[in-house]
Amino acid sequence: MASSITSPTTADDRVASRSISARLLSRPEIGSLVGAAVILVFFLITAAPFRDINNTGTILYQAALIGVMAVPVSLLMIGGEFDLSAGVAVTTAGLTAGLLAYQFSLNVWVGVLAALVLALAIGAFNGWLLMRTGLPSFLVTLGTFFILQGINLAVTRLASGAVASNSISDMDGFSSAKAVFASEFKIGGITIKILIVWWIVFVAIAAWVLLKTKIGNWIFAVGGDAAAARAVGVPVRKVKIGLFMTVGFFAWFTGMQLLFIQNGVVQSGEGVGKEFLYIIAAVVGGCLLTGGYGSVVGGAIGALIFGMVQLGVVYARWNPDWFKAFLGAMLLLATIVNLVVKNRAEAR
Amino acid sequence: MIRWQKKAVAAGAVFALAAALAACSSSGGKQEEQSSSSGGGNVADTPRMKVALITHSGPGDTFWDIVRRGAEAAAKKDNIELQYSSDPDGAAQANLVQTAIDSKVDGIAVTLNKPDAVIPNVKKAIAAGIPVTVLNGGLDSWKGTGAIGYFGQDERIAGQATGEKLKQLGAKKVICVIHEQGNVSLEARCQGIKDKFGNVENLNVNGTDQPGTQATITSKLQTDKDADYVVALNAGIALTAVQAAKDAGSAAKIGSFDMSKEMAKAVKDGTVQFAVDQQPYLQGYLAIDAIWLYKTNGDTIGGGDATLTGPAFIDKSNIDAVEKYATAGTR
Repeated sequence: MASSITSPTTADDRVASRSISARLLSRPEIGSLVGAAVILVFFLITAAPFRDINNTGTILYQAALIGVMAVPVSLLMIGGEFDLSAGVAVTTAGLTAGLLAYQFSLNVWVGVLAALVLALAIGAFNGWLLMRTGLPSFLVTLGTFFILQGINLAVTRLASGAVASNSISDMDGFSSAKAVFASEFKIGGITIKILIVWWIVFVAIAAWVLLKTKIGNWIFAVGGDAAAARAVGVPVRKVKIGLFMTVGFFAWFTGMQLLFIQNGVVQSGEGVGKEFLYIIAAVVGGCLLTGGYGSVVGGAIGALIFGMVQLGVVYARWNPDWFKAFLGAMLLLATIVNLVVKNRAEAR
Repeated sequence: MIRWQKKAVAAGAVFALAAALAACSSSGGKQEEQSSSSGGGNVADTPRMKVALITHSGPGDTFWDIVRRGAEAAAKKDNIELQYSSDPDGAAQANLVQTAIDSKVDGIAVTLNKPDAVIPNVKKAIAAGIPVTVLNGGLDSWKGTGAIGYFGQDERIAGQATGEKLKQLGAKKVICVIHEQGNVSLEARCQGIKDKFGNVENLNVNGTDQPGTQATITSKLQTDKDADYVVALNAGIALTAVQAAKDAGSAAKIGSFDMSKEMAKAVKDGTVQFAVDQQPYLQGYLAIDAIWLYKTNGDTIGGGDATLTGPAFIDKSNIDAVEKYATAGTR
């Protein structure tokens, strides 16, 4: 995968022959990979429980919680856009499924599918409005962010009379839906939550689409220069709306995880601030804030770094008052290592 | 693409509708919920008043929902029009007090969890002749303001009572989970536990991120194999901690603050050992009712001292008496 395509912005390199190591080092995720390795070694030395293989499942789960959404957010960022509504859209999806199934006493799966339709519609709306108005995605999705946040609270209170959805854990279809979205199993003593498996599958599929298909090339093209892309026949509008709908799909998936991991109850105020974590994962993983460059695998590594640092601070038993400060310092460390490695690679 | 999208949405809607007709759940859901009608009751014939309830709650918090319900019940009984608003930011909450003064309300019930920011405007309200009651937070600072009453619990005392309880239960090492870093009340609870119990370690989690909280508590329990009790400071976090203990393969038991429908269930089936109840419904109810009593009869509740609404312990021995109120969302 790593050696399959060169960066689209350096067109001349395509005709030059390059060594495998040079091509590997020019990948956007290589810096974050080194950063992740540095963090890993750091915690392996300082935090004893980090060395316990049984705790790996917990660390991977923490990473997957951000990582699943980092997949479409990375793609979107490569395509040159932001989505600030991604965090609350997750909550919207979870609430929709829970409230609908409960209020109408439906099979849980009906709620789950209705939430999917809604999540895709939110994505389509974001993309459509963006293309229609030509406003920056920052503004469009900021509007959606507030709308969804308000709707989450207001509709939940109207429907359930409280600020959390009613539990659907005793309803038909709950256990089978839980098996799909939030079950767990053991491999040699390590408890693996199924979200981790889904995360790996999603990263693999998205990386393949980005690197091996025409759609992948289109995503790079619209993120690099939308006007130029349009001039050579790339369907810019379709690609961008499609990218926002992809975010919608993953928001739905993460929302279902949220719903089924906790007895079928979702708090309506949740999700605010998560959109930044997704963007942070993508950026730490090497996606450019300006679009046109980045990778899905990088976003996954970014999420892994975040997960390792978050739990590493706990495993290392540092004073909890310093938690956020450690987190920030570690993320800066990872990003700087990322930058240094990338600069070295480009200088070769 | 657009045409395709429309088709997809339409197909999805039709499918959902068709599935909805065919796929009703045989258990649970609203149909099964028993509708408990709260009898209308009489409304006071005193002149209609306008009272503002201004809290520091973030959006979508179950605890504050119960406070608000209590306040609404009192308002309904007292022929009061209740105006609820909240903002977790101190300066913004102070500004909400100012807007209440501007709209010439007949009374203000306010939380003083960010006392330095809010008290100047509370004093302004009192100077303007508007009676003020304080609820939930501000035990140390409400007296000097001229407010007519305080309704809440002393967080330190509640923590100390919890510490005693843990001693009785034979706990050895306790992890106190703080779900809002830097919140004075939460810190006071953990400190209170430490006062009486000693072997307590605090853990900060992000309270608005349930799965992340779960993973953080899991990792703490994996690290601290000797921790045998986790004390959560709200109901949602406690239920998350139950899951986390399971994930970590830890035998640690869970104690909690605050009630909810789910919490009542958990206490009943023994997954949570006890819940410290500060009766948020009562806080909201009394804060509003006290204003009405003051305006109509010159009464003050508490006689110049704080009226404590907690801590009361709810465990297996008394959950039956509380459960139905928790299910109805008033405990």
